[in-house]
Parts: sequence; C-alpha cells; structure tokens
Amino acid sequence: MRNEIVIKTQNLSKHFGSFAAVDQISFEVYKGEIFGFLGANGAGKTTAMRMLCGLSLPTSGQASIAGFDIYRQTESIKKHIGYMSQKFSLYEDLTVIENIRFFGGIYGLAPEVIKSKTESLVERLGMSQVKMQLVKSLPLGWKQKLAFSVAILHQPQIVFLDEPTGGVDPITRRQFWDLIYQAADEGITVFVTTHYMDEAEYCHRVSMMVDGQIKALDTPAQLKKIYNEDSMDEVFYRLARGAKRQAD
Amino acid sequence: MQILKYLLIKEFKQIFRNKSILPVIFVSPMMQLLILPLAADYEIKNINLAIIAEQSSTESRRLVEKIQSSGYFKVVSNQHSIDVAQKLMEDDKADLILILPYDFETELTQQKAVSVSVLVNAINGVKAGVGNIYLNRILMDYSTTLRELNLATTPSLQSNIEVRDSYWYNPFLVYSHFMVPGILVLLVTMIGAYLTALNIVKEKELGTIEQINVSPIKKYQFILGKLIPFWLIGQFVFTVGLFVVAEGVYGVIPLGNVGLLYFFLSIYLLAVLGLGLLISTYTQTQQQAMSLAFFFLMIFILLGGLFTAIESMPTWARTIAQFNPISYFIEVMRMVVMKGSTFKDLMPHFGIMTLFAIVINSWAMWNYRKQN
Repeated sequence: MRNEIVIKTQNLSKHFGSFAAVDQISFEVYKGEIFGFLGANGAGKTTAMRMLCGLSLPTSGQASIAGFDIYRQTESIKKHIGYMSQKFSLYEDLTVIENIRFFGGIYGLAPEVIKSKTESLVERLGMSQVKMQLVKSLPLGWKQKLAFSVAILHQPQIVFLDEPTGGVDPITRRQFWDLIYQAADEGITVFVTTHYMDEAEYCHRVSMMVDGQIKALDTPAQLKKIYNEDSMDEVFYRLARGAKRQAD
Repeated sequence: MQILKYLLIKEFKQIFRNKSILPVIFVSPMMQLLILPLAADYEIKNINLAIIAEQSSTESRRLVEKIQSSGYFKVVSNQHSIDVAQKLMEDDKADLILILPYDFETELTQQKAVSVSVLVNAINGVKAGVGNIYLNRILMDYSTTLRELNLATTPSLQSNIEVRDSYWYNPFLVYSHFMVPGILVLLVTMIGAYLTALNIVKEKELGTIEQINVSPIKKYQFILGKLIPFWLIGQFVFTVGLFVVAEGVYGVIPLGNVGLLYFFLSIYLLAVLGLGLLISTYTQTQQQAMSLAFFFLMIFILLGGLFTAIESMPTWARTIAQFNPISYFIEVMRMVVMKGSTFKDLMPHFGIMTLFAIVINSWAMWNYRKQN
C-alpha cells in the first residue's frame, strides 16, 4: 500500500511578486495515506494546496497529482480529487439531499448511483431526520461531516482538506477523524492541513512548513524522536519558532 | 448536458427559495412600471405664474382669464407693481412673471403692436422652458383671435401665417406610449445585469465557487447555468410588463410584430446578462459588484434616450450612446410599438446587438478564471 505515489512535487514554488509564498517544496504522498500538512498561519499551506488542486498556477517546479501534470492536465486532476475548503463549501440554501445530489451530479455520477449513495450516506451520517432540512440549519460539526462526505462522493483518488475541523469541539473532531480513517481504508489518500496537534498525531506522516519551505517530513513518532520531544505540540513550537513571517 | 441540468436545478431552487430576491424580481418591476410612467410625464402643470398688469383693463382681464382657463397655470399673484412678483420669484414661488404694460388695452384697441414681457425662473430648466412655450402659445392664440375680431370690423391686408401641428405615430402625444415601453426596457436591463452579477459574486463571497472550480465543471457550463435562469426571468418580466401593464393598464398596443420584440429581447438579454457576468469577473464582493453595476447602468440609463433625446446630446455623449445597449432597445421598442417597423427597418439594430452580445460574453468568458 505504501509504494504507489499519488502526489509528487519537485521544487514547487509560487511567487506573488517578489514574495515566495511557497518556496521550492518537494515531497511525495502515497496511496491510502493520511498526510498531515502542518505549518503556522501564513506559512504557505493553503497556497500549496490550491496549486495541487489546480486552483492556482505554480510559478515554477513540477508536480503530478494522480498521475496528471499540474500545468497541462488540471481538468483531468479535477475529476480525480475531492476538496473541502476551510471556507465552508456546501450550499446553505439547499437541503442535505439536494447538496448530495448536486455534487454527485456535477461529478457525472449516474442518477441511480446518486440515489443509492444519497440513501447510504444519510444513513451512515445519522442524518435521516434532517435530510430534508436546509444545510444552514445544521450544527457546524454536522455540516463539516456532510461536506467531507460530499467531497468523496465520487470516489476520488485524493481528497484535500483545508483545516476541515475549525471551530468544533473535540468529540465532533474525533468523529470527523473516524470518517477520515474510513476513507483512507477505502483507498482514498487524505491530504489534510490542520492547526490541531492532536490531529497531527492521527496522521500517518506529517510535513512541517515554515516560511514557505518544508522543514521536516516524517511520521509523528519519528519526528518526536528526532527532535527529542514528547508531543507534536513541542515539535511544532521548535520548528515554527524560527519563522520570520508574521502570522496573518 | 447532465451537468448543466444539475446546475440549472440548483440555480432555480436557490432563486425561488430566496425570499428577499423574489419580490425584487417579480413584484417591484411591475410596481415601478405601474407608477413611474405617471410621474415621468413631460406634460407640465401647475406652473406658478405671477402677473403684473400695470393697469387693469377689460383686455388684460380677458387675457388673464384665458391663461387661467388653460389649466396649466396657477396665478399666484396679480398686482400692479413688480415688487410682489419679484419677491415671489426670489422665494421660488413663481416660475414665470408676465408683465402687461400700462397702455396694454389702449395700444391694442389702436391696433398697434404691443409688447409684453415674460420673465422666466430658469432654475428648473424644463419647467421654465415648457411653461414659456405654453404661455407663448396662449398669447399667440389670444392675438390671433383679437386680429380676427379686428379683421371682421376693419378689413385690412394683413396676412396671417398659422402653424398647425400634427404629430405622427403618436397623434395625441400620449406620453405613456413612449414612456412605458422605455421604462420596461430599463427594468429588464437592471434586473438582468444586477441579478447575474450579484448571484455570481455571492458564490465568490461564500466560497462555494471554489468548490465549483475544483470540480470538472467546464467554464461554459457554469456560465450557461447562471445565464439561462436569468434569461428566462428576463423574458418573463418583459412578458408581464408588456401584456399586463403596458397593454392592460396603459392601453399601449404594439403596432408592429410582437415576435420581433421577443427576438430582439432574446439577443438583448444575452448582452445585458453578459454585462452582469463581466462585472462579476472583475469584483470580489457584492458591494463592489453593486457599485460597478450602478456606475454603468446609471450612464446607460441617462444616455439611453428615454429621458432626453440622443440627437440633441453633444457629440461625445452621442458617441457613448452608440455603445449603449439600452439606447438600441429603447429605439427598437418605440419603432415596433408605435411605428410598426419591420425586421428590415431594424436590421442595423439586430446586427449591433448581436455584436454586443458576442463581444461582452467573450470578454467575460476570457476573464472568468477557474485558476489564478
């Protein structure tokens, strides 16, 4: 399981004027892996992720996502990835079912498939009671779980999660991570950014981004060993303290 | 095709679920179309007139009576001296001052030429101008009657030229006949441009557009998904405005082919929605989009030829009007509704509007990016 590469970047950079938001990052992510993409605010995580999703064009460097080139094959990439942004991304004025149907539809799923998936999804999330309700009436934790499930509805190879659990309690976050593990078990690669270091512990491997560069990349256990710290929290402090950029 | 279907379903659900937008789309334009033509009327009444008859006489009283019976004027003072009248004009309570000289009657009966003065308060230019014209007509009319009267008693060789007006295509100069179709054009334009721009920018604000941009939806599918609903809404508003309000309430019955109007409307809406789309590609928030749309629509409306004739504008303004889609539709409306023009007469308009639609939409397509 750990040998098939689904994300590969080489010296990938993004400059805004003279400012290098992302500065020559190189890494690989394997199939079925939960890859934690850590860094302080303003370190360049979101910019990097937007490039990988085909939302932003790199300034230089190479990258391939699910075997497709990040410059020339963005439309092919989009068919094989899911994305959930930190800005909440479902339609609040549509119901739970309508959102599932819409996103299933635009990814080209057949109507029968959408129908059966909708039923099993609503069942699994325990949302049968609220399936006809507008999404805006749901609690934030439910919205996030629904948004994640919708993002992987079309069985993408990779799902990108940009701070998916902001603003919810630890129990809800735990439940969210159960969904992530389920997805990973089904072979979906999970690429996730987070500020919660307990979540970093859940990842198979994590990378640490400081000032647009990747300063460390390993399993949480290995990182703690290398930096001789007890927790990921401490590791994060050690690395992020050297940052020159002001957090935004 | 399937993707477009899902986009349209979503869009219509959102539009019909939005309780604050629905009245804006369907109720307010109809109310505006009902009310505005009554107010946007060039016929001016209640012109405040101060009369200074330096000497009261039978003839002067007859003239004042004639002026009063016209229905356009309200005589606010009738004095011998100029002081009161002047004060009234200074206080903006008099629009016109008519001065009948001391020897008005004597001169008239002796059949000499009499000169009366009219002082015009030109702060409200339109009112002043029109009031002056009305008053002049009454004076001319008065002098003609007088002359005919005198001719009967003392025939002379005086020749008499009289102008008789005849208004073609709108014989009774009913203002609603050209205001209502014109206002309908403005309403359809505003709804189309605003709704499209705001709708797309709203998705930017909420961040849902990111979700669309990471999906395999093609640019053209997304754009069609946005344009089609508002194109249909534009057609609907136009239909209700034309048949229910214009025809039903104001009795404006198009002389020409209604199908021709719809043909033009179809192309026109593409251009207008394209404008909204274009605005949305240059703005990030609904506030920005509103301001930008307001800027363009204001210019388009004021230079659209509804409130002031394009022909009488300065050259630079006429040049702008040539790039103003509204001016073409207003002209087409008038030509078809009042004159019964045919497709052959309107070929240039169709050609130019098609060009507008293509240019604006291509520009918007080019500037709409799934990637930055």
